[in-house]
Amino acid sequence: MSQRLINWFKFASPASFYPLAGTLWPWFAGLASVLCAVGLWISFFVAPTDFQQGEGYRIIFIHVPASWMSMFIYCVMAFWAAIGITFNTRLSGMMSSALAPTGALFAFLSLWTGALWGKPMWGAWWVWDARLTSELILFFLYIGYIALTSAIDDPRRADKAGAIVALVGVINVPIIYFSVKWWNTLHQGASVSMTKAPTMATTMLWGMLIMALAFWMYSIAIALYRVRAIILERERHATWVAELPEMQR
Amino acid sequence: MNWGSTSEFFAMGGYGFYVWGSFGVTAAALLIEALLARKRLSDTRRLLRRELAADRDNQD
Repeated sequence: MSQRLINWFKFASPASFYPLAGTLWPWFAGLASVLCAVGLWISFFVAPTDFQQGEGYRIIFIHVPASWMSMFIYCVMAFWAAIGITFNTRLSGMMSSALAPTGALFAFLSLWTGALWGKPMWGAWWVWDARLTSELILFFLYIGYIALTSAIDDPRRADKAGAIVALVGVINVPIIYFSVKWWNTLHQGASVSMTKAPTMATTMLWGMLIMALAFWMYSIAIALYRVRAIILERERHATWVAELPEMQR
Repeated sequence: MNWGSTSEFFAMGGYGFYVWGSFGVTAAALLIEALLARKRLSDTRRLLRRELAADRDNQD
């Protein structure tokens, strides 16, 4: 037991996580590329035309995965925030700040592709509906996290403040998820749910799941990549940084 | 196969603007994010190398 604890905390040190992230990110990037190629092929060439929405429905293959990722990344950020507050580990705050821009990007893409879907199907780019509004709030939470943490000079204090935003804001995630059930919304209900059989063709479902997996792998790769830059920025005065091979001329 | 020709593929049954607007912006956004992340890491490394070199010079 004590052996396992020691191993976990070993990687909580930026000095050992920096090379580990460097080894891992290309694998996730590779997986993301392969999954993306397969996902796009299914999205355009395998999945049939929708009988109601024609070809316009194909936006689903990025809209739903982007929305899932925006919510999931926020949960991961909140998880690191909780770890950071509980164990006072430096790496946790770095992981949160490495994830925030990617989460914000997926929240933006969710709203963007949603608008491009809403216009032809509902006749409006935007409606103040519970699902759309709560997703917009999620986007603002990401922006708020980034703005707050970059406004505080001391990174440890910035992490603490950011962790509070991440933990308080996580309440919005179930609100987004259940919004289509709790309120009468224009947004269609869940296409995939944990309790019912999916309400869509199998090939459509596969395309969506594979694209979601591709976005997931992309997010892991980019977060691991970004956290390396953050580690270097914050640990610049540490001896191990000066001893890195890439720091020698 | 869903498409009879290339132009049919790009037309997306009349939804071309919306479908390609979604996929195009998503692809561009992810690509730009990846490039920015790469720039951030290489800029940081370059800055630190310069700082370390300056420190070494001061010690000599």
